[in-house]
Amino acid sequence: MKIGLSILLTAILTENFVLCKFLGICPFLGVSKKLNTAVGMSSAVIFVMALATAVTYPINKYLLVANDLEYLQTIVFILVIAALVQLVEIILKKFMPPLYNALGIYLPLITTNCAVLGVVLLNITNEYNFAQSMINSVGAGIGFMLAMVIFSGVRSRLESCDIPKFLHGLPIVLIAASIVSLSFMGFTGLVDGIFG
Amino acid sequence: MAEKKSLGKEFTKGLIAENPVLRLVLGTCPTLATSTSVVNAIGMGIAATIVLVCSNIVISLLRKVIPSKVRIPAYIVIIASFVTIVQMIVKAFVPALDAALGVFLPLIVVNCIILGRAEAFAGKNSVIASAVDGLGMGVGFTFALCCMASVREIIGAGTFLSGAQNLLVLFGDNVLNGFNGFTLIPQDGYISPMLIFILAPGGFFTFGILMACANKIAEKKGKPRAELGGCQACPMAKNCALLAEGKECSDKKEDETA
Repeated sequence: MKIGLSILLTAILTENFVLCKFLGICPFLGVSKKLNTAVGMSSAVIFVMALATAVTYPINKYLLVANDLEYLQTIVFILVIAALVQLVEIILKKFMPPLYNALGIYLPLITTNCAVLGVVLLNITNEYNFAQSMINSVGAGIGFMLAMVIFSGVRSRLESCDIPKFLHGLPIVLIAASIVSLSFMGFTGLVDGIFG
Repeated sequence: MAEKKSLGKEFTKGLIAENPVLRLVLGTCPTLATSTSVVNAIGMGIAATIVLVCSNIVISLLRKVIPSKVRIPAYIVIIASFVTIVQMIVKAFVPALDAALGVFLPLIVVNCIILGRAEAFAGKNSVIASAVDGLGMGVGFTFALCCMASVREIIGAGTFLSGAQNLLVLFGDNVLNGFNGFTLIPQDGYISPMLIFILAPGGFFTFGILMACANKIAEKKGKPRAELGGCQACPMAKNCALLAEGKECSDKKEDETA
């Protein structure tokens, strides 16, 4: 329980995927203009991350590790994730139209998102068991959502600001991201402080 | 002669005019994450270049065999195979680099520069042109990474090319008399390095400033500024660009009308 909570808090705050680990920067910069798209995209990310972990963990443990095929991890995982996302899209469309309407358009974007493959690979490098992997994945997804929601607020403020001309567009967005990331550094040591 | 000239153009366009990082804004994640030191940047750049050239060659060879409907999964399998090969080579011969790059080495698979070039170039052009295009883009990626890493390493750690032996180990022990980088700002001097530049915020900041410089130069030459919409090469670009404008995916609309 204690370990689970510390993994969850680490994934959300101190080791935030976007702002500390640089995973999933493309959607972070591309889809964070408006709050509703930011929330939709990040809910889809949480959903796919949890699902990908739930599927790849048994594949890794009982198929790859059991047969000494760990070197195939990268190929197998990317294919499994891509197939899974397609499958989920079809199933949601057929059986759960409301959920499909909320998440559907974001799903194809996530297939080649480095955050999803990243969380699956990190679960293995950190040698988490199944429950810990799931907690870490959901935490990483929530952390992604937190970063996206905060940043969409920052960006809506930026729109009405007087910005020097040479910083217009992407540069000012990156510098704003740098300041948001700086604020997340304030959480350093938080988890050790609570659970240490 | 004409062929030669255009090949030269394929190579040089990746360096500056269509630099994948600074002009097309592709592959931002590895750029930010692996530019903490120049040696890491060079290592990452070389690994990505090898994957890019090899996958471009194979995809170009198979461009008439792969049906266009399943081309993206096919490209991903080809790229993933080369990434696995590179990963195994790095693990075996340059273990320090493997430790430094960590999860970003296997993540070359989802680096949009590689899938983007496969989709935009290798799937349509001859083998030699694709190989040269891959090499140019790879060198351009390495160049941008090195620019970022130089700023971050010099200001953030006060060193340059620190840990060079990690890469030179490929050529044997103690190459160049055990050269292991310069120290520009000593740790116990009057000024100490600004550690923040090595950390995450410094990465975003340096990238932002570098992007502003690249935009300024582009504007002087009468070219448009770099925008994230520059990832048209990405197979998801259509959805992505539409999302950014808050519109809905075109596939979905078609389905509804059908």
